[in-house]
Amino acid sequence: MATKSFSIDEVKENFQEINIEEDERKGYSGLIVETDKLVDFANILKNKMGFDYLSSVTGVDYLPDNMMEVVYHAYKSTGGKPMEFKVQVPREKPVVPSLVSVYPGAGFQEREAWDLLGIKFDGHPNLKRILMWEGFAGHPLRKDWHEAYYEEDAKPYKSRWPNGRDVHLAEDRNPYKKNVVYPKDFDPDKWNPEGEDALYLGMKSLQKDDDLKTEQIIVNLGPQHPSTHGVFRMVVNLEGETVKKLEPVMGYLHRNHEKIGERNTYLMNIPYTDRLDYLSSMSNNFGYVLAVEKLMGEKAKPTERAEYIRVIMAEFTRISNHLFAIGTFLNDLGAYFTPMLYALEERELIMDIFEATAGSRIMCNYFRFGGVARDLPPGVYEKMRDLVFDRLPRKIDELDKYLTNNELVRVRSEGIGVLTPEEAIAFSAAGPVLRASGVPYDVRRAEPYGIYNRFDFKVVARNHGDVYDRYLVRLEEIRQSILIIQQALDQMPDGPIINGKPQYQVRVPAGEAYGRVEGPKGELGFYIVSNGKPNPWRYHVRAPSFINLTALSKMCEGDKVADTIIILGSIDIVLGETDR
Amino acid sequence: MPENINSEGYDIPPEMQQTVAITTLDKIYNWGRKYSAWPMMFGLACCAIEMICTAASRFDLSRFGMEIMRPSPRQADVMLVSGTVTKKMVPQIVRLYNQMPEPKYVVAMGACASGGGPFKGGYNVVSGVDKFLPVDVYIPGCPPTPQALLHGLMKLQEMIDKQSIKNVRWYKREPIEEIPIPILGPDLIDPRDLPQIRSNLHAEKNLGIKEN
Repeated sequence: MATKSFSIDEVKENFQEINIEEDERKGYSGLIVETDKLVDFANILKNKMGFDYLSSVTGVDYLPDNMMEVVYHAYKSTGGKPMEFKVQVPREKPVVPSLVSVYPGAGFQEREAWDLLGIKFDGHPNLKRILMWEGFAGHPLRKDWHEAYYEEDAKPYKSRWPNGRDVHLAEDRNPYKKNVVYPKDFDPDKWNPEGEDALYLGMKSLQKDDDLKTEQIIVNLGPQHPSTHGVFRMVVNLEGETVKKLEPVMGYLHRNHEKIGERNTYLMNIPYTDRLDYLSSMSNNFGYVLAVEKLMGEKAKPTERAEYIRVIMAEFTRISNHLFAIGTFLNDLGAYFTPMLYALEERELIMDIFEATAGSRIMCNYFRFGGVARDLPPGVYEKMRDLVFDRLPRKIDELDKYLTNNELVRVRSEGIGVLTPEEAIAFSAAGPVLRASGVPYDVRRAEPYGIYNRFDFKVVARNHGDVYDRYLVRLEEIRQSILIIQQALDQMPDGPIINGKPQYQVRVPAGEAYGRVEGPKGELGFYIVSNGKPNPWRYHVRAPSFINLTALSKMCEGDKVADTIIILGSIDIVLGETDR
Repeated sequence: MPENINSEGYDIPPEMQQTVAITTLDKIYNWGRKYSAWPMMFGLACCAIEMICTAASRFDLSRFGMEIMRPSPRQADVMLVSGTVTKKMVPQIVRLYNQMPEPKYVVAMGACASGGGPFKGGYNVVSGVDKFLPVDVYIPGCPPTPQALLHGLMKLQEMIDKQSIKNVRWYKREPIEEIPIPILGPDLIDPRDLPQIRSNLHAEKNLGIKEN
């Protein structure tokens, strides 16, 4: 349960003409705002009260109450507790005013809520589907929408539990032997494909800067492209080599994390979070267990040793992620694969530690509610010490020496993809992208979780907001992470690694919780609504790589097409998290 | 030479054994092919990370002649389907497969590409790339470790080694048919399913079953 950061009267003073009430449902917090006045409310919140950073927008389908709810979490970019506010609309006609005019960072998230839940955002400049394709039938995250292989609302399915006798292949139950379902009256001969003409037409721009006879061409980069870091697609309108307009298209790896998560029990979701940002599974675990532990309260308080192990693992994850990011950054610059080999060499050593502790190299599935799954096996502690006290600092200095003052690196990346601090906050950018723009916002400091307030480290920030600064922020963050691990290894006590006995089924009281951590890519948040049953009612991920992409078009416009590649690389996206 | 490509039953004088080999066309053809199977640089999801690690120095794909990853399907021999195949992505995957020149092979890397894996039930997930493409090697794991991937690729080499010019499909007289590209409709439409979709539509209409 989120602790209150304000008193209701104090807030109400600011909003004389707007009806706001406190959310009084058990286990809930925040304010319920009148739907029509939402934009006014947001304006006052941002300009008068200083909540200038809109972190997440979540749609929730309350089917039994016949109501849709949109939950917003806003922060001050100087740090502190969130302001949570909601609007409630009837399920038949879910129309909510769009907040894009106040917080541009809401753009993609509102499109996602429209795509998956069918909530219409009035006034949104580009309310199209974002993860699924135009023309897909239905809004899949609605509770009464069933997928082709639908079996039951919640796991464990009766067919598989307790004796697992009636288990059949899902294909056998489907008339097409595939994972497809068509509307009853779908006639392929009368059906008109929507196609992508609208997208291409929207890319055409009529303005011209000069009288030169040039032709605008529209180019697709991706989804199969060696430098888009996965299955990401950018539609670019070029004039010569200059980018006039850029539109990111995603969803090519949308694998229904949230729908599956709402069918799973709480524990079953932990391995799924590994597969969100598959370069940093430990951090994802951390965010998820933090949110559920908030709901569970005292009985899931992690033990002292577990807290230290968590921090150590999360920071190792950050190091390995940033090493990968720096390696691919050089790849994008054209230094094909050689710098990557240096970075991957160190990453492999961290992978060895994960494999020894958690049993898997990249899908760790290591955190549990109230602790971690296993204690460190013999020899791993020494290995970690060796790594952070000796080898890694040396190797990071080496990378620094090779790359940071390399003339080609500097010429290609300085002054490219600039994001001012105001823009970075407005677009809800997070992580190294935000900090490279001169906003020293780090969740580990702004709202410390776990035991981060015990460690001495610096929040790295730089001022130019370009691609080069993002690289430097990552490099320096590796050093800070090494410092944190050094302190944690020195202080780590002995003791149990989990609070109570490990359980297959946890009891989560009804309510809502928002847990957020500073993942390697930025603020990773999990919004969970429990109704007291073994499965979450709503499970939403605030994915930093998804939201950081909101600023991509802004950063790329006016730059050369070759620079879009390194700008995209400097955001450091992982498609598993972008598309979920 | 990593292995003996000589066919049995021919006596080569000892002084010529370093320079002369007597073998069958199949053997020398497959020997050349299997050590130069270039994969397509094509990462879908988590498995792609392990694929990159396999290509890097510790595991080193170049020991198998596979280090040259081609971003263009026209230059690739092996399609490593490394990750979850989604409905939105599958038209592109089929198109890429059609663009690859023969001989071509498909490796389904990991649980998702083999059968949908943990995401099988998802509304945007294709339960296995073999619903559309002919798969030669399946590699289990979520994700498969680099060792498992290497083992899978060695199995592919064994498979290449067993093929014969006499009956491979790309030397047959009749042309090879392309795989029809799936369409994104209200749900994913496989053009091969269209007759069944039509007949189901009419069957339901005749029976009078309609939504609501």
